[in-house]
Amino acid sequence: MSTLHTLSILVTNEAGVLSRVVDLFSGRGYNIESLTVAPTIDRNYSRITITTVATSEAIEQICKQLHRLIPVLKVSDLSVNEAIEREIVMVKIQVKDEDADKILRIAEVTGAKVIDITDKNYTLRMVADEKQIQALIELIKPYGYKDFVRSGKVAIARG
Amino acid sequence: MAKEMFTGAQIFLKSLEAQGVTEIFGYPGGVILNIYEALYNQDKIKHYLVRHEQAAIHAAEGYARVSGRPGVALVTSGPGATNTVTGIANAYYDGYPLVVFTGQVSTEQIGNDAFQEADIIGITRSCCKHNYLVKDVKDLARVIREAFYIATTGKPGPVVIDMPKDILVAKAPFEYPKEVKLAGYNPTYKGHPLQISKALKLIREAQRPVIISGGGVLQAGASYELTKLAQLLEIPVAHTLMGKGTYPESSSQSLGMLGMHGNYWANYAVVHADVIIAVGTRFNDRITGCLKRFARDSQVIHIDIDPCSISKNVKVDIPIVGDAKNVLKAMIEELTSKPIVIDHTVKEKWLNQIDEWKKKRAIPECPSDKLSAVKVIKTIYEYTKPFHPIVTTEVGQHQMWCAQFFKFDEPRHFITSGGLGTMGFGFPAAIGAAIANKNSLVLNIAGDGSIQMNIQELATCMDYGLKVVNCVINNGYLGMVRQWQEKLFNEHYSQTKISSPDFVKLAEAYGAKGIRVEKEQDIVPALKEAMESNCSVFIDFVVESFEMVYPWVLAGQPLNKVLLSNDQKVC
Ligand SMILES: Cc1ncc(C[n+]2csc(CCOP(=O)(O)OP(=O)(O)O)c2C)c(N)n1
Ligand SMILES: [Mg+2]
Repeated sequence: MSTLHTLSILVTNEAGVLSRVVDLFSGRGYNIESLTVAPTIDRNYSRITITTVATSEAIEQICKQLHRLIPVLKVSDLSVNEAIEREIVMVKIQVKDEDADKILRIAEVTGAKVIDITDKNYTLRMVADEKQIQALIELIKPYGYKDFVRSGKVAIARG
Repeated sequence: MAKEMFTGAQIFLKSLEAQGVTEIFGYPGGVILNIYEALYNQDKIKHYLVRHEQAAIHAAEGYARVSGRPGVALVTSGPGATNTVTGIANAYYDGYPLVVFTGQVSTEQIGNDAFQEADIIGITRSCCKHNYLVKDVKDLARVIREAFYIATTGKPGPVVIDMPKDILVAKAPFEYPKEVKLAGYNPTYKGHPLQISKALKLIREAQRPVIISGGGVLQAGASYELTKLAQLLEIPVAHTLMGKGTYPESSSQSLGMLGMHGNYWANYAVVHADVIIAVGTRFNDRITGCLKRFARDSQVIHIDIDPCSISKNVKVDIPIVGDAKNVLKAMIEELTSKPIVIDHTVKEKWLNQIDEWKKKRAIPECPSDKLSAVKVIKTIYEYTKPFHPIVTTEVGQHQMWCAQFFKFDEPRHFITSGGLGTMGFGFPAAIGAAIANKNSLVLNIAGDGSIQMNIQELATCMDYGLKVVNCVINNGYLGMVRQWQEKLFNEHYSQTKISSPDFVKLAEAYGAKGIRVEKEQDIVPALKEAMESNCSVFIDFVVESFEMVYPWVLAGQPLNKVLLSNDQKVC
């Protein structure tokens, strides 16, 4: 059965590493749901976080293949329960005067922050997990949104 | 005192020297002229000029396969680099160590679609073990050191080093690193002791055990250990195409090759085994047949240095990641620390059963009175056996017949393209073999189709006085494809009839020896003449077109659905 997996991959911070990692997914026909990359505190290394939908056998194979790449130091499969996952979303909503209060209420309830207001548009930002993001999407749907961006997940093991 | 400075081209040569490289294969071009200039002024490294870059890589692989040392090749940017791709992929699939140096346009031109620019790093990423673009001359020596280390350790494979032109001119001090430190690369050599004990327990209790010996046994130099283990426990051994010679085929315990064109009894033994001990094989579909039906009722112990090979295709019960030699040695030690008890009634029942299966074999049939390819190949084997030849093959029916009829008691004598199945591999590989082992007789058993893919390398043989005896099994067809068309596509021989030049005249045009054989009684005299020749030879064996390779397990069928002759229907 295919499920969502979050892989946390520690790599050396050098040109071409990301494409090696990504090629491995595309070469085996797996779709990457989300992807983030940034250097670690030690700038010689980077952390790549990838979420993908696959069977556990496929994930095991992907992890082994990732290990085989020379610049890959460590691969962890942070399955949903063991990890804390967060993502940033920013959403720009065109707000009619009569809806302004409702949008601010939604922000308050969901814990989103209003980070930009112009005459026409409100921009909300939220740091949240998948569930909370889905909830926000449902709430703002009726008002129509102009733009919606997600950062892709970062994750860290619990405890 | 200021350190002495060297150009990148000089550092390249000094690094190869430090690495102990004495022979390289290559082809020059614009961006690597500085290296060719450096090569001109020295005599420590011998450069073999081929006629096509693909051949340089195959030759380097042939060299690596015979010598056990990494093969080295040097080519220019753009088309020189792209011509190497098939060769690199071939070495990657079969796991042989190569270091391939490609030229690249100057650093500041990269990405501008400069003349003869090709992104060889991007192109080879998925078909080599690792690759490097050298961006600073100061990194060159370290990169070369790392490349040789990566190519030759763990599961060996090809490593590509792309060197922009300006790097070869820029200067730096030369220091060849003694050690390699790669945080992300630590192959496992020692098998886990607990896993080894678990495996031994299972093997001791097995009633119908079989060993499958693959190319990894050869790579690890573990033939001795494998043979010892098999003989201590009286376990029959089947080998894969790549594992040929890892277990002496003259031994009565050898089942020969298994798989698509393997022996009936080898396949049956594997299907009916209760414990399969697979060493250094990645369970390619050519040896498992239908995966779902493979080893359904057996426990599988899998020893391999590459964790990726384990449970990739076949679900493994006891995986042991490690170097085959180390693991088998540890197994033998643990085994012999206690008395070995073999229940001979159980063992004999199993071996008798296998003997029973051995009665079922394919009887080669030649549909006309034309010369039979099988007869030719068998005769070549018998005649050349006393010379202990190194045999390379191309890809097709002739390759499978060689695998079936040539028997080897030692590794590194049978050289064939397994994983990629590259037509055109055999001849250049034979050249590399002849260079690696200057005293051995080198035979390339070729198909008429395959030989035409790198036939130009006859000029290379002539240049360097290399002797390769090419035995062309000339059936007028791309025989293996024709075989599939005969059985599976209603004898529609679509684009598989293939013409050839007059190989005798062609050989002569190159200054080599050409011999034609059309009758059975001429086979041996032709071989004798070939042995006596002091230059390369082409023997054109004009053979029957419609012979078939049997046994044959059709693709996707389980291993025990073995066809032994044309009369058997496909089910
Ligand atoms: C480069 C390449 N192209 C195509 C194939 C597909 N193929 C496999 S066997 C074969 C026929 C080989 O013909 P020949 O060399 O005459 O050998 P034969 O089977 O007749 O002995 C072909 C075309 C291949 N293996 N390699
Ligand atoms: Mg042919």
